[in-house]
Amino acid sequence: MMQQPSPANGPLLDVNDLVVEYPVGNKIVHAVSSVSLQIARGETLGLVGESGCGKSTLGRAVLQLRRPVSGRVLFDGQDLTAMQGDALRRMRQRVQLIFQDPIASLNPRRRIGDIVAEPLIIAGVKDPAKRKQLVDDVLSAVGLDPALVVGRLPHEFSGGQCQRICIARALVLNPEFIVCDEPVSALDVSIRAQILNLLEEMKARYGLTLLFIAHDLAVVKSVSDRVAVMYLGRLCEVGPSEQLFARPAHPYTALLIQAIPMPDPDVRPAETVPVGEPPSPISPPSGCRFRTRCPRADQQCSDEVPELRTVAPGQFVACHHPLI
Amino acid sequence: MTEAPLLSVEDVTVNLPTPRGNLRAVDHVDLTVGAGRTLGVVGESGCGKTMLSRAILQLLPKKAKLSGRVMFDGQDLLQLSPEKLRKLRGRSLAVVFQDPMTSLNPVLTIGTQLIETLQEHLELDMAAATRRSVELLAAVGIPAPEQRLMQYPHQLSGGMRQRVAIAIALSCEPKLLIADEPTTALDVTIQAQILDLLAREQRRRHMAMVLITHDLGVVAGRTDEVAVMYAGRVVERAPTPALFKKMRMPYTEALLAALPKIDAAPHTPLPAISGRPPDPTRPLKGCSFSPRCRYAAGQCHTEKPGLAEAESPAHLYACFHPIEAGAGISA
Repeated sequence: MMQQPSPANGPLLDVNDLVVEYPVGNKIVHAVSSVSLQIARGETLGLVGESGCGKSTLGRAVLQLRRPVSGRVLFDGQDLTAMQGDALRRMRQRVQLIFQDPIASLNPRRRIGDIVAEPLIIAGVKDPAKRKQLVDDVLSAVGLDPALVVGRLPHEFSGGQCQRICIARALVLNPEFIVCDEPVSALDVSIRAQILNLLEEMKARYGLTLLFIAHDLAVVKSVSDRVAVMYLGRLCEVGPSEQLFARPAHPYTALLIQAIPMPDPDVRPAETVPVGEPPSPISPPSGCRFRTRCPRADQQCSDEVPELRTVAPGQFVACHHPLI
Repeated sequence: MTEAPLLSVEDVTVNLPTPRGNLRAVDHVDLTVGAGRTLGVVGESGCGKTMLSRAILQLLPKKAKLSGRVMFDGQDLLQLSPEKLRKLRGRSLAVVFQDPMTSLNPVLTIGTQLIETLQEHLELDMAAATRRSVELLAAVGIPAPEQRLMQYPHQLSGGMRQRVAIAIALSCEPKLLIADEPTTALDVTIQAQILDLLAREQRRRHMAMVLITHDLGVVAGRTDEVAVMYAGRVVERAPTPALFKKMRMPYTEALLAALPKIDAAPHTPLPAISGRPPDPTRPLKGCSFSPRCRYAAGQCHTEKPGLAEAESPAHLYACFHPIEAGAGISA
């Protein structure tokens, strides 16, 4: 696979002022509004937020599966938003996606061997023996026995095994970057741990960079070097995982952390302040979008959109009245 | 215990015929819940926790075969006529399901559904039922309750719908509420609010609750007692603090260890449980957890362990090689 020489020390992914909107009737859903973020080579960036905050849309817009309204997505120095047709298709061999529902993302009528080989065919690997070798290698890597698996259909596998197959399919082209969109949310606790461990192993083995999207903060923390918190289409806070969880600067991050049910009977759940529900992304609040649920909100929060600014080394917050 | 418990599930077994053979969804389960108490039932998909709740509510699929006894408030639910059962359900035995969109009727307004319940069970007139509905919606934290009565379920968010479902469940002052994954479909900030709401209403009404969930975090701070289910059986049952601190069953230990912890450093490998639960239509001869258990030996593969008492009669576990109680903690 041909690769352009690239600035090896720059971020692998540089998302700049990205805007994604969906028309709904004669209204517009502001799914992603002016989001900027960088992911370094070999890094895992966790992206957390509640349903409808735009985290999946952001992941898809990065891969150009949903074309943004404006903004740039630089992957290895090249602007994906300016690419079309063949150029984009070639670039897509270097980026992959893993979805939440592993069973729904496998074609029920095709055999596992064909499903995993499909990206190779699209990428133009013509030699069947070579394809078989690559498929067998990647299936073994994700913990499946190729001899037992390739001839079978998706319904013969459990959710956890289907997710292993999806991961194998994503890895078969040896990509550099994978967007994992809620990859373990549909799995039971005992299976979830297996898949999280597998993703970590694969990341090391294939030298991957990951954008890990999830709503579960504990899951995100366990795999991420840095975490970005999203609310109603905007980034609230970005920072190194441990620092962000120890000292959240955005009131929304603090609320999310406080709301996690702890598996420890000595931690009595704090009676949460009734903070209501997120407003509609069709008509998001002016200024700071979290202000309608925020205990610290004042006039400035409804007048001015807070910009991301540094509050601690590596930690950025978009809040007029941060906690630190 | 001096008085009889409010709910007592005695040796309940549920068999479901399937094309692949008989599926034993619930396998000889015994449980009790005292008035005003909360029992958490924890387990992974397919462990039988939902079938157990359906067995208590007598809402099993038609083909299902139930044996054992379910005593509720002095009555044997298996002996009650359908008419009597219907009177009981909704009145003193209420339920909240996981998905509020499917448990509410989409073509009736919130008001109609609430008022219907109140009129059916409490024989209130229209005006009194409407007044009571407004109070109930306000009690579960729904803003502008008068307007909400006129709305349909699709006009509300998931969290608001679940509040409505809870309002309907609480409307007749039930003695026992069965909450089957009540917050699984909801976001984490909404989940906390709904769990708070359930706890508050439970205290206020001195209501007993069976909280069914896959999330150990949800039961930890909010139950008196927890039953852990695996492959249709209760494999450990204990007062909540003992279950988390002095668990004896290796499955409980493994399940807790496999959870990503918010206070652990990033990239800490998780002690995953290898393999997966057995096929419920192909029951194992020995302990169902033995193929995945790191303590399993000889007997575990050939014989099913019964429930044995730990240091107190309230703590039961089903294991031949239990985890030793931590030194210095147990008496």
